Amino acid sequence: MIKRAFLTLAGAALGLGLAGCGERPQVVDYKQGVYQGKPDQPAYASAPWNGNKKDWELALATRNQNQNEYKRIR
Amino acid sequence: MARMKFLADAERCIECNGCVTACKQEHEIPWGVNRRRVVTINDGVPGERSISVACMHCSDAPCMAVCPVDCFYRTDDGVVLHDKDLCIGCGYCFYACPFGAPQFPQAGAFGVRGKMDKCTFCAGGPEANNSEAEFRKYGRNRLAEGKLPVCAEMCATKALLGGDANVLSDIYRERVTNRAARGTPSMPPWGWDTAYGRPEAPKQPAPAGGAKS
Repeated sequence: MIKRAFLTLAGAALGLGLAGCGERPQVVDYKQGVYQGKPDQPAYASAPWNGNKKDWELALATRNQNQNEYKRIR
Repeated sequence: MARMKFLADAERCIECNGCVTACKQEHEIPWGVNRRRVVTINDGVPGERSISVACMHCSDAPCMAVCPVDCFYRTDDGVVLHDKDLCIGCGYCFYACPFGAPQFPQAGAFGVRGKMDKCTFCAGGPEANNSEAEFRKYGRNRLAEGKLPVCAEMCATKALLGGDANVLSDIYRERVTNRAARGTPSMPPWGWDTAYGRPEAPKQPAPAGGAKS
């Protein structure tokens, strides 16, 4: 009788103990959602670039140098 | 592929608020909304510093992570934009943003909060480039015109730089190198020398007599 109760208790304890091993990690995992809005067109898609990405990038890179006063005063 | 960023040089900012004014004028921003602000630390005491703050277009933007309707997207150039037609004005992005960039118009009665508005890096939004709808919702699309953000382009002291991160790094590196050359190990650059670090000007000869008239 005592042996059976002991085995029952031991089994229950083992079961509860192992249940802890199945706990899922509770650290929040921020996953970037998928954009649900309207599609946007690239900046170079419209006039005057008409899809010419290289020209657009070159124009921006050239214009960016206007912010470098060390080059502007040379 | 460009990676658009802002860079604020605290040594140069003179708190003129020109960037704020230019932004409001360029995009016709309504009263109460400031896409860009100038923040001053230690105001009025030695060591005072000011920087111009707006959306920093984070590479891993927290506003995108917390938005319950997923209205944010990032362009190929690294500009973080959002769809105002989808925004529900919940304000989560405001709490998540470390820069306080998201703004909410409160033009309605009872302090009702409108759809979020923030700096677009002058890149408009999800409407046809340079269309009336894009201007009305997001402001002018200067990137599509081959221009850079107006706040950075008009900054008088070039404290605020805006554009491709690699180009900005080169500009800032050259600037810092010039600053360092201005001082000596025992006497580092100070005051305006810190900001501009121009090469040493030729010394003017002392006036004859050596006394002031």
